[in-house]
Amino acid sequence: MKFMKRLACTLAQFVAVALSAGVLAQAPVEVSFYYPVAVGGPITKIVDGFAADFEKENPGIRIKPIYSGSYQESITKALTAVKSNDAPVTSVLLSTDMYTLIDEDAIVPFDTFIKTDEDRAWLKGFYPAFMENSQTGGKTWGIPFQRSTIVLFYNKDMFKEAGLDPNRAPGTWKEMLDYAQRLTKRDASGKVTQWGVQIPSSGFPYWLFQALTTENDALLMNAAGTETYYDKPAVIEALQYWVDLARKQKVHPEGIVEWGTTPKDFFERKMAMMWTTTGNLTNVKANAKFDFGVAMLPSSKRRGSPTGGGNFYLFKQSKPEQQAAAFKFIKWVTSPARAAQWGIDTGYVAVRPDAWETPAMKKYVADFPAAAVARDQLQFSVAELSTHDNQRVTKALNDGLQAALTGTKTATAAMQDAQREADRILRPYRK
Amino acid sequence: MTRAAAWTYGWLLVLPAAALLALFTHYPAVTTLWHSFFSTPRAGRASVFVGLDNYRGMLDDPIFWQALTNNLWYAAGTIPLSIGLALLMAVWVNGKLPGRAFLRLAYFTPTVLPMIAVANIWLFFYTPEYGLLEQVTKALGGSSHNWLGSKSTALGSLMLVTVWKEAGFFMIFYLAALQQISPSLGEAAAIEGASRVYFFRRITFPLLMPTTLFVMVNAVINAFRLVDHVVVMTRGGPDNATSLLLYYIYEIGFRFWDSTYAAALTIVLLAMLGVAALLQFGLVERKVHYQ
Amino acid sequence: MTAPGAASIPAGWSRPAETLAAWILGLLWVLPLAYALWTAVHPGEYATHFVPSAPLTLENFAKAWQAAPFARYFLNTILLCALILGGQLVLCTLAAYGFARFEFPGRKLLFALVLMQLMVMPDVLLVENYRTMGALGLRDTILAIGLPYIASAFGIFLLRQTFKSIPRELEEAARVEGCGPLQVLWKVYVPLARPVYVAYALVSVSYHWNNFLWPLIITNSVESRPLTVGLQVFSATDQGIDWSIITAATLLTTAPLLLGFLVFQRRFVQSFMRAGIR
Repeated sequence: MKFMKRLACTLAQFVAVALSAGVLAQAPVEVSFYYPVAVGGPITKIVDGFAADFEKENPGIRIKPIYSGSYQESITKALTAVKSNDAPVTSVLLSTDMYTLIDEDAIVPFDTFIKTDEDRAWLKGFYPAFMENSQTGGKTWGIPFQRSTIVLFYNKDMFKEAGLDPNRAPGTWKEMLDYAQRLTKRDASGKVTQWGVQIPSSGFPYWLFQALTTENDALLMNAAGTETYYDKPAVIEALQYWVDLARKQKVHPEGIVEWGTTPKDFFERKMAMMWTTTGNLTNVKANAKFDFGVAMLPSSKRRGSPTGGGNFYLFKQSKPEQQAAAFKFIKWVTSPARAAQWGIDTGYVAVRPDAWETPAMKKYVADFPAAAVARDQLQFSVAELSTHDNQRVTKALNDGLQAALTGTKTATAAMQDAQREADRILRPYRK
Repeated sequence: MTRAAAWTYGWLLVLPAAALLALFTHYPAVTTLWHSFFSTPRAGRASVFVGLDNYRGMLDDPIFWQALTNNLWYAAGTIPLSIGLALLMAVWVNGKLPGRAFLRLAYFTPTVLPMIAVANIWLFFYTPEYGLLEQVTKALGGSSHNWLGSKSTALGSLMLVTVWKEAGFFMIFYLAALQQISPSLGEAAAIEGASRVYFFRRITFPLLMPTTLFVMVNAVINAFRLVDHVVVMTRGGPDNATSLLLYYIYEIGFRFWDSTYAAALTIVLLAMLGVAALLQFGLVERKVHYQ
Repeated sequence: MTAPGAASIPAGWSRPAETLAAWILGLLWVLPLAYALWTAVHPGEYATHFVPSAPLTLENFAKAWQAAPFARYFLNTILLCALILGGQLVLCTLAAYGFARFEFPGRKLLFALVLMQLMVMPDVLLVENYRTMGALGLRDTILAIGLPYIASAFGIFLLRQTFKSIPRELEEAARVEGCGPLQVLWKVYVPLARPVYVAYALVSVSYHWNNFLWPLIITNSVESRPLTVGLQVFSATDQGIDWSIITAATLLTTAPLLLGFLVFQRRFVQSFMRAGIR
C-alpha cells in the first residue's frame, strides 16, 4: 500500500510538473526591448538577426526589438512608457541615463540575477572604464553593449602636403595646435580653404569637452552624481584652449560646429583633423576617398577621453520571468563572439577584452589597425558626465560651452554660470 | 419644428464633436492649469501643492524669457513675410505671366513636403564651407558664414525655412479669392485710369480681407505650433538662440520630465494664443468686408 | 472676354521685370526639391558637388527602402489620414449643421468653446493628452494619433459658414416633400457644400500626412508609426547626415502627395474658389 501511495504521489507530481511545463511552454515569455540606432548601416537587420538567433536557441522566449530613434528619443520613449505603465522589459539607453532612470524608479539592478560563479565571471569580464557609468551604490544597473570613445581622425594626404609625418598624429595639445597651424590653408583673399582641426559643438558639446578636461586632468563630476566641478581652473583652462583654437589661433571653424555634418566635412576635405566618436569608423572607412589615420586624442597633462554609448537596462515594471529572460538575452548578446561581431559591424568598441581575442576580431584588427585605437585608449578613459537630473545638468554645461564658443561669454563667466545652474539643480539631491 | 425637437436635434448633432473636443482640448487645458500649481513628483518625493511657485520660477528662468522673445521675433518675422509673399505669388500666378502653371506648382511644392525632411535638406543649404548657400556666396565673392552656428543668424535662418514652407500654402487661398473678384471692377478701374497699385490698394486688398484674416490665423498658430525644424536643425541652440516656446515645453516635459513646470509654460503659451486670437478677431474683424 | 480676375491687373506695368522676378522666386522655391532630386539619384560623393557628368544611380532608393519598413509606414499614414478625414467629415458636418440651423440653449457659448480649438491645438497639450491616451488604453495605436484631431474646429467653422450661406428656400422645399432633418442634411446641404469638402480634405490630408511631434510621442512601434516619424531614422544617427539617403527617403515618402497635386492641381484651386474661403 505504501508503495502504491508513493507511486500515486510521484505520478501526481509528475503530472503537475508536466502540466505546468506544458502551460509555460505554450505561452512564450515576451521580452520587448527598445534600441537606438546611433550609427548608420543595416543595424535593424543585425538586431533582428540577433533576436532570431536567440529565439532559436531559447524556444520559450520571444524577443521583440523596437527601434526607438536616437539616444535622446529612446530615453524619452522609455520614460514616457514607464509613466504610462507600458514599459519595455529592457532597453539600450545611454550609460549616463542611469541616475535619471533610478530616480524615476524605472529600473532594477542586475545583482539579483547574477547568482552563479559563471555569471559573476561574466560581469567581471567587461572593461572597467565601461563599468564606471554602469554601477553605483554597490549595485550594477547597466550592462555595457554599444560603447565608444572619442578618437582623432586625420587626413594623411594633407599631413604629407604640410610636411608632417603621415603616420604620426599629434600627441599633445601643443603639438595639435602646431600641426593645425601648419595644416590650415588660406586662399589669396585670406579666406580659409582648409581648417586644421574641427571639434563639433552642436547638440552635446559636453562630451567632446569632457575629453579636453580629462586630458587636462580635471574631473567634471563626483562618483555619486551629486556634484559638478564646472568652474575649476583646469576646466576653464580646457575651455579656453578650445575657444582660442577658433578665435585666437584661427585654426578651427568659428561658431558652433554641427556634429551631423562633421564626418561629411572630413570627406569633403574641409579640415585635416576631426574629433568624433569611434562609432564613425565604418562610415569614414567607406566614404573617405583618401588615406586617413585614427589616433588617440592628444594629452595635456595626460591622455584621456570620456566613454560614450549605451547600456542595457532592466525595467521594473516587467514580470520576474520576463526580467530573467531578458537577462539571459543580455548575457547571450554580450558574449565574446557576439560582442566582437557587433563591434565589427558597427564600429563601436567591443565591450569585453575576451571579445578582442576572438579570431574574427583579431583578423579584423590585423586588416584594419585603426579599429584598436579606441580600445587602447580605454586605459585612459573616464566615466562620461552623469549626474542626477542628468539632462538638465548637462544642458547647463552645453549652454555655457556654446556661449563661450560663440563669443557671447568669456570662458570663465560661462563656466561659472553653468556651475551655478548645476548647483541649483543638484541641491535637492545632496541630502 | 417644435422648440423641443429643435433643441434635441441641435444638441445631438453637436454632441459627438463637442465630446471629443472637450476630451482633447478643454479637459487637458484645465488639467494643465491644475497641474501647474503642483510640484513634479520624483522617486521618493510626492507631488505637493506649491501655488504660484512654478510661475515664479518661470519669471526667474532666463531660458524661458529667451524662448518667449525668440518666439515673438519669430512670429513677427514669419507672419508678415509669408502672408506678403503669398499675396504676391497669388497675384503673379493669377495674371497672365508665361509659365504660371509651373510657377503655381513651384510655389506650392513646399507644402507637400514634411518639415522633418525639409529641415535636413535646408541643413545642407546652411552648412558652412560647401553648403549650397556657401557655394553661391563664394561664387559671388562673399565669405563663409556659419548660418546656424552663430547666435545672430540662427533664428533668422529658421525663419526663412518657415516662410518658404508656408507661403505657397497661403497662396492657394489668395488665389481662390482673387479669382472671385468680379472682372467688372477691374474694367471700371481701367476706364477711370486708376493705376495698378492704386487699384490693388483700394479695391483688391480690402476685398481680400477675409482671406487675410483666415490666413493670418493659420500663420499665427503655426508660428507657435511648428517646431519640427528646431528639433532637426538646431535643437534649440546655439545656447538657446533658437529655442521656441513649444520646443522648450517639449524639452522640459519630455527630456527633463519636469511635468508641472511644463504645464506652467503651456499655460503661458495658451495665454499667448488666446491674446492673439482676441486681437485678430477683434481688430481685423472690423475691417472685413463680406460680399 | 477677359479671364476672371485677370482684369484686376490693369495693363501698363513692366511685365518683363515682373515675369523675371516671379520666375526667380519660383526657381528659388523649387530649389530644395530640385536638390533632393539631384542628391537622390547620384552617389554620395556628388551630394555636394554639382558635376553634370555625375553617374546616375537608384542605389539610394534601395538603401532607403531597406533601412526602414516604408511599406508599413505608408500603410499607417494612409490609414491615419483616411481615419481622420472620414471622422472629420462626419462629425464636423453634423456639428456644423447643428450650429447653423438649430436654435438651442447654450449654442453661442458652445460655438465659442469650439472655436477655442482653432488656437489651442492638441499638439500644444502634448503632456496631458498623452496621459489621457494612457488612461483610455490607446497608446501606440493609429487611433490614438488621430483621435484628438477628428473634432476639428476649423472644419466645423468652415462648414457652418457654408451651410449658413445656403438659402433656406431649398431646405423648405425639401421639407415640403417630407424630409426629416437628417435627410435634408444629406440631400440639400451636403451636395451643395461639395467644393468646401474637397478643399477641406486637401488641407486635412496634407496637414496630417506631415504631422510629426504628436505622432512621435504617442507611437512606439512600427505597426503604428507614420511616415514622418519613420523618416526620423535618417536624422537620428551618430554617424551624421547622409543626404543621398535622406533625400531618397524623402522623395519616396512624398511622391504620392506630389503626384496627387500635380495631377489634381486645377481641381484643387477650383474647389478652393468655389468653396468661397475668403
